[in-house]
Amino acid sequence: MPQPNFDPVEVAALQPEAIEAEVTTALKAIAAAATLDELKTARLAHAGDRSPLALANREIGALPPAARKAAGQRVGAARGEVAAALTARQTELEAERDARVLLDESVDVTLPTDRNPVGARHPLTTLQERIGDIFIAMGYSVAEGPEVEAAWLNFDALNTPGDHPSRELTDTFWVESVDSGLVMRTQTSPVQIRVMLEQQPPIYVICPGKTFRTDELDATHTPVFHQVEGLVVDEGITMAHLKGTLDHMAEQLFGPGMRTRFRPHYFPFTEPSGEMDILCFVCRGRSVGNPDEPCRTCSNEGWIEWGGCGMVNPRVLAACGIDPERYSGFAFGMGIERSLMFRSGVADMRDIVEGDVRFTAAFGMES
Amino acid sequence: MKAPIGWLAEHADLPTDLDPRALADALIRVGLEVERVESGAEDISGPLVVGRVLSFEDEPQKNGKTIRWCSVDVGEDEPRGIVCGAANFAAGDLVVVSLPGAVLPGGFAISARKTYGHVSDGMICSVRELAIGDDHQGILVLPADSAKPGADALDVLGLREAVLDVAVTTDRGYALSIRGLAREAAAALGVAFRDVEAALPPADGAAYGVVIDDRSGCDRFSARALTGLDPAAPTPEWMARRLRQCGMRPISLAVDVTNYVMLETGQPLHAFDRTRLRGDLHARRARAGETVRTLDDVERALDPADMVVADDTGPVAIAGVMGGASTEIGPTTTEVVLEAARWNPPSIAYTARRHRLPSEASRRFERGVDPEIAGIALQRCVDLLAEHGSASPVAGYTVVGSPPAAEPIRLGAALPAATAGVDISRPQVVAALQVVGCAVSGDDPMLVTPPTWRPDLTHPADLVEEVLRLVGYETVPSVLPPLRPGTGLTPAQQLRRAVSRAVAAAGFTEVLSYPFVAPAVHDALGLPPDDPRYDALRLVNPLSEAEPELRTSLLPGLLAAVQRNLGRGNRDLALFESGLVFLRDPDAPPPPDLTVLRRPTEDEVAQLYAAVPPQPRRTAAVLCGARRVKTWQEAERPADWSDAVDFARVVARAAGAELTVRAAERAPWHPGRCAELVLGDRAIGYAGELHPRVVAALDLPERTCAVELDLDAFPAPQPARAPRISTYPPVLLDLALVVDEAVPAAAVLHAVRDAAGPLLESVRLFDVYQDVQRLGRGRKSLAFALRFRADDRTLTVEEATAARDAAVAAAGLATGAALRS
Repeated sequence: MPQPNFDPVEVAALQPEAIEAEVTTALKAIAAAATLDELKTARLAHAGDRSPLALANREIGALPPAARKAAGQRVGAARGEVAAALTARQTELEAERDARVLLDESVDVTLPTDRNPVGARHPLTTLQERIGDIFIAMGYSVAEGPEVEAAWLNFDALNTPGDHPSRELTDTFWVESVDSGLVMRTQTSPVQIRVMLEQQPPIYVICPGKTFRTDELDATHTPVFHQVEGLVVDEGITMAHLKGTLDHMAEQLFGPGMRTRFRPHYFPFTEPSGEMDILCFVCRGRSVGNPDEPCRTCSNEGWIEWGGCGMVNPRVLAACGIDPERYSGFAFGMGIERSLMFRSGVADMRDIVEGDVRFTAAFGMES
Repeated sequence: MKAPIGWLAEHADLPTDLDPRALADALIRVGLEVERVESGAEDISGPLVVGRVLSFEDEPQKNGKTIRWCSVDVGEDEPRGIVCGAANFAAGDLVVVSLPGAVLPGGFAISARKTYGHVSDGMICSVRELAIGDDHQGILVLPADSAKPGADALDVLGLREAVLDVAVTTDRGYALSIRGLAREAAAALGVAFRDVEAALPPADGAAYGVVIDDRSGCDRFSARALTGLDPAAPTPEWMARRLRQCGMRPISLAVDVTNYVMLETGQPLHAFDRTRLRGDLHARRARAGETVRTLDDVERALDPADMVVADDTGPVAIAGVMGGASTEIGPTTTEVVLEAARWNPPSIAYTARRHRLPSEASRRFERGVDPEIAGIALQRCVDLLAEHGSASPVAGYTVVGSPPAAEPIRLGAALPAATAGVDISRPQVVAALQVVGCAVSGDDPMLVTPPTWRPDLTHPADLVEEVLRLVGYETVPSVLPPLRPGTGLTPAQQLRRAVSRAVAAAGFTEVLSYPFVAPAVHDALGLPPDDPRYDALRLVNPLSEAEPELRTSLLPGLLAAVQRNLGRGNRDLALFESGLVFLRDPDAPPPPDLTVLRRPTEDEVAQLYAAVPPQPRRTAAVLCGARRVKTWQEAERPADWSDAVDFARVVARAAGAELTVRAAERAPWHPGRCAELVLGDRAIGYAGELHPRVVAALDLPERTCAVELDLDAFPAPQPARAPRISTYPPVLLDLALVVDEAVPAAAVLHAVRDAAGPLLESVRLFDVYQDVQRLGRGRKSLAFALRFRADDRTLTVEEATAARDAAVAAAGLATGAALRS
């Protein structure tokens, strides 16, 4: 063993050139490692216990004391540099590996996922609910009644003359016998009568429901159809309130800017009475007097018939025990099928009633 | 009612440059539904002229037809040769000829063309080809001397004139006349109106003997008579033209005059051949067994409720509906009796419907005819027949019966304004009422006497409508009523919405089927003979004789919808419906006979409600095909009984309730695959697979499943109670119990749950296993996942195991279950 105090030993491994060369070699090997395994090999070779820098480190003790510090700093810096390079490369390679694993795990996200059976609600149901909600929001209640109904409620109380042809077998389904006094209700109006018999004003009700008339099923008729009728009886109710209410309903149902128009008409239940038109939902009136923009939906009239309405006939109020001197009211009614045809462009009534799942499925959960 | 504008203009001072569309809009504003504004000229272009047939030759053809090869003067230097297939004309007749280049309605272009061996240089037209009538029996022959050959036929036929087509509501009989529509047009436009007028002779009863036997059916019967009518006298072309414009067919002068005057005045008239009448005319009800042959040559059996006009031989007309053939005006008639009566509107309505014989007359009588117009209408007929038919009026004017006069109505001057919600002054009210013909007196309230032609005006509200429609509905502003607080949907309504959404979300599609069913469907469903579902309400007048009953179950309608879908290739079906069924209540009283003049008493209302049959609301579903279709991940799973039961559970969950299920036998279900659905202690429905015989009888896919339950049975949901949430960890244990295969899983589950004690947080059956070798014949293993947890501490496995062992012991006692070894 050389004498350190006076016999400076030439330790080749601690020469700055040698350390620098080793660092260069190590960094090159680390950079060249393409996988974590190759990096492991490089780590063993250049940072392991048997690596040149580790070996060099051991040689420091052999140096004269005066030389040890500088050599220690040199080797420490070199090892630090290699370790940092290893860590950086390690991080890099791990990220690459992780990315590759995720890539391997990728799936075709465009595959169909619709394994749960899909249902749908009938648009007549959801449209009735929607109309109900419009009126609920205005403080109304939804009133309902039986579908086989007393003729007195369906006709007499509504001011239909006892000999009126609408009571005939050609128009109305009679139940059990012609003198049973029972019919399939031809309108939802008997519900209004029930409400007026059961409560005093103020009355704010909306009555959606099934109605029945002896029409054969075709593209525009069905013997079983749905109506919604509204009834308000209160102090100071005017036709202006009727108009305001229907305009509001039209906007809510068919969109902003929709409005209604009244034309004088005759219904026994109301006096004065009116037919109610709604602005054509296709051309919104633009086709009127405008040959450049013809509208088949409204025949260039700008308006489409939607329902009937009027001020409750005072005789009807009296028959229900409501003082016509104190209270007035309005009533209106329209077909849900017709409204659905407007709203969703249904071309043929039979599609609505036949129960083909393809029709209903198109409407989903809400119409 | 069709109204040529020129005819209206004879009674209303219409502006000469009035656009027909503007007139229509004005009438619409006052409440007359103008359905169309027509002009016969719209669809015709090119040369359409009057021609005179100079001569023709009949030429029989090989196809059996005979054509006429005609020489026709169309006002040119030379006559034209035209082939015509009709034979209802003679040489010298005036006809309408469309010359080559003309286009007739329907895009029918006329050209010179070779046919039947000739070049036909135009076409002689029928009324149908000109779209002015339906008659295609022959060509249109114009009255002699009504025009010159070569004249523009559109002018001669009046086809350039606009015609309004007005739909008249049932309360406005007066509007079924030129007189009535002209009054409305004048009112709508604010111009002067001229009524139909005539000077009447004194009523002396001498025209013809008339007796009203039934005054409930006829309140006035007027008659005039004429002699010396020229039966061959032609109808003047202007009259024939107006009849055609109004959609009527000219027939003969006497008939045409009565029709013309009816259109003008609204009073239906009938002309009898006086020589064929025997004795006085009676207005009476038909007698049992009586018949009459009507003008359309149909022998009709009369109903004792029908009003008739009869002479000594029996009925000679169905009153107000159609005349009889035996006393019809014929080609030799010279002596005429004219009838203008007023029949009871509902009586006419019933008769017209009973005989399926709506007529121009019945339409007017059903809506009410002005009692004071009959005399004027008769005088108009007399005058026209004298002028155009050389007839002489017979002295005398018979009027029998006197309709009641209208009662004055008290109208508060402010009522129209208060009803409309818009300012309407008293002078406006008075002016409007006077325009419609009312006499107004008094200040406030006013006394308003409606005119004779407005029997519909009987109450103040009727007068308010008259005022408002003339002031204009468009003046009514749009104002929302003051907002008032509401209570929203009832709990039952909310529940129904929740159920509907839940089952749709669970994959069921809603249908809304008709409630009409065939009685035989109950046989197909295999119901036992005494099943109450057979006891359906019946319709008196079903649309189909095959389906006269009202449903007592939703299943027939759903199964029909299934079949319809299958027929269209929709195979994997899960359909549901919610709706009313109709039950018979044998104890229901008949509805009471109630007045409308006062409110019924509470007792009467109760009796009325009790008379209405019970109509509970059900919800039901039918499944067939795949419940889960095959996907790239999973195999197909066919719908089975469990899907039907699950529908019921989805319904119950949406209703905030829990159902228990037990095995049951009930038609139409498979006896071994039918679940009774129990709420509390009440069975509210059934679910499962349909009986194979039902499936076969109804031609359904194998293993079709169904469920039906009573939706009204669910009580309003109560606010849910919050559970206490323990934050300590659970102990999870599985448990396999072997039982006899007949033991219901629910019984084992209950026993386990009851005996495991409060530490059991949940239990779930996750496997059913049968293996003869390992378990023995007739045995099954049920595997449960148990989750134990304590509220106040971390549970030890020993505690959980003790609880499980207690459950095993209890299940053993209750169901014979043994721990699977």
